[in-house]
Amino acid sequence: MNKPRFDLWSVFWAILALLYFFIPLYGTLDFSLRMKKGEISLLAYSIVLSDPKFLSSFQYSIIMGIISVTLSVLIFVPTVYWLYLKMPKARPIVEIITILPFVIPVIVYVYGINTTFGRPPFRMTFNAFTTDILMVGGYIILSMPYMYRAIDVGMRTIDVRTLTEAAQSMGASWTQILFNVIFPNLRIAILSGSLISFATVIGELILGDFLLRPALGPYMAEVGRDKAFEPAALAIISYALTWISLGLIQYFSRGNSMQRQLTGR
Amino acid sequence: MDQTLTPSAVPAKKSIWERLSETNWIGLVPFFAFIFFFLLLPSTNLLFKSFQDLNGNFTLSNYAVMQNPYVIKAYRVSLQVSVITSLVGGVFGFFVAYAITLGNTPKWMRNFLMTFSGLAANFGGVPLAFSYIATLGRTGFVTAILKSICYPDATGAQVCPFNPYDNGFNLYSMTGLVLAYTYFQFPLMVLTITPALEGLKKEWREASANLGANSWQYWRDVALPILTPSILGATLLLFGSAFGAYATAYALTGGSIYLITILIAQQIRGDVLNNPYEGYALAVGMIVIMGITILAYNILQRRTSRWLKS
Repeated sequence: MNKPRFDLWSVFWAILALLYFFIPLYGTLDFSLRMKKGEISLLAYSIVLSDPKFLSSFQYSIIMGIISVTLSVLIFVPTVYWLYLKMPKARPIVEIITILPFVIPVIVYVYGINTTFGRPPFRMTFNAFTTDILMVGGYIILSMPYMYRAIDVGMRTIDVRTLTEAAQSMGASWTQILFNVIFPNLRIAILSGSLISFATVIGELILGDFLLRPALGPYMAEVGRDKAFEPAALAIISYALTWISLGLIQYFSRGNSMQRQLTGR
Repeated sequence: MDQTLTPSAVPAKKSIWERLSETNWIGLVPFFAFIFFFLLLPSTNLLFKSFQDLNGNFTLSNYAVMQNPYVIKAYRVSLQVSVITSLVGGVFGFFVAYAITLGNTPKWMRNFLMTFSGLAANFGGVPLAFSYIATLGRTGFVTAILKSICYPDATGAQVCPFNPYDNGFNLYSMTGLVLAYTYFQFPLMVLTITPALEGLKKEWREASANLGANSWQYWRDVALPILTPSILGATLLLFGSAFGAYATAYALTGGSIYLITILIAQQIRGDVLNNPYEGYALAVGMIVIMGITILAYNILQRRTSRWLKS
């Protein structure tokens, strides 16, 4: 049989997909550079970057991201480790629990948070610090499916029992096993989980918006309501951040089969 | 499991594991405590409250909210958007996945599309809405290009027939929302359906060719029936992803498209239903629909993974 080098049908769909990916991105970039009439300028970026509200919300989101990701790793690595070592039978149960954030839409989740913790006996939404605790908890829940899956995939590739027994036979304590043996062996999985969780936190709108905290998402939504060029510049900045995070995952997890996202926003 | 211990070593080992098994659950306490406080408590609270009246007594009357015309409309619009975007994204994504797995496309294109799907499926929310406004809004990039295609007509006057806004297009409408959702929907389809397409065995194609089937017959009688559960499952996933979405729609249309998520947001902000308990019933209704969707997806996915492994 004589086979054409490329079949046109497939190439057509591939090109269509490429266009679908790139036209909005290029459009945004182009738009963000046209704030000054008739010339290409970085004016929209300089306005955004010098807006104190941008800087403070950006800082807030980054700090929340770092806290959430750190706590998330500290909760899920020991949990998954324990599941593999001691309770493999409980794994399906935990797996189902970690998928629940996909079942509960974020808007419904924040509704529950507000209804539960925004009144007595908790009254947690009445001051900034306790609200931030809710924010961190919420971010950990929202990014849990990714974090759990990343760590689960990583844990599958290491021989947990042998490593543990080897460490124990040399007199290591549980904390030593976790921090000196398990964590280093999972570094790539932890890194992927952390980066995708971090990207989730940075782009998150709903928690910050409804718990009235100055996160980046609500700030962007606010700018989008009454500005034209700045939102495009903000979109480009946010893509850069997300893609650096996600691009790093792709880079570090080359060769491994990546975990898949189940559902989105 | 890795139970490769020699028989003589089993009793001694077992006693250690047995001793530990009494404290097995301890390592899961932080996890379950966290889940209880931050996930179970808020969601079951909504559930219980949806069955309470203002005095805290049990009632089913909150669910009468499902007969409220605004609620019916919101559910209908949400279902409509979700069905359309999951079908559009599903079909588009399927062809793209076909192109980069079975089709003959250049290698760089395959790698690139696969990587980019991983990125774009994680996409959405406010920045995505901004991008579409910058591209297809009234002064957007593509709108400007289409607008500028002008030529003199028979009378010599300039006509510019391609301005999308003169042809009934409006980004801040259902069409715009579908276009924007497709940006993350079709990559999600590519990611979920690719393993199934890669699992189609060459032998099946060769066998059907040997029996005289052409390409169309192979797809109709062999490949598509095998792929049906995966395609259905993936489409359900897209449905769920669109049904729960809020940020993109909110940032794009400012709430003018009356989705159920937008209605819930309004209820949180200002009790538009004039009864907080009906709001809880509304939220529970959404969880039920999402729950059924994800459950069905999981069942279908499990069926798929069975033949993928064999």
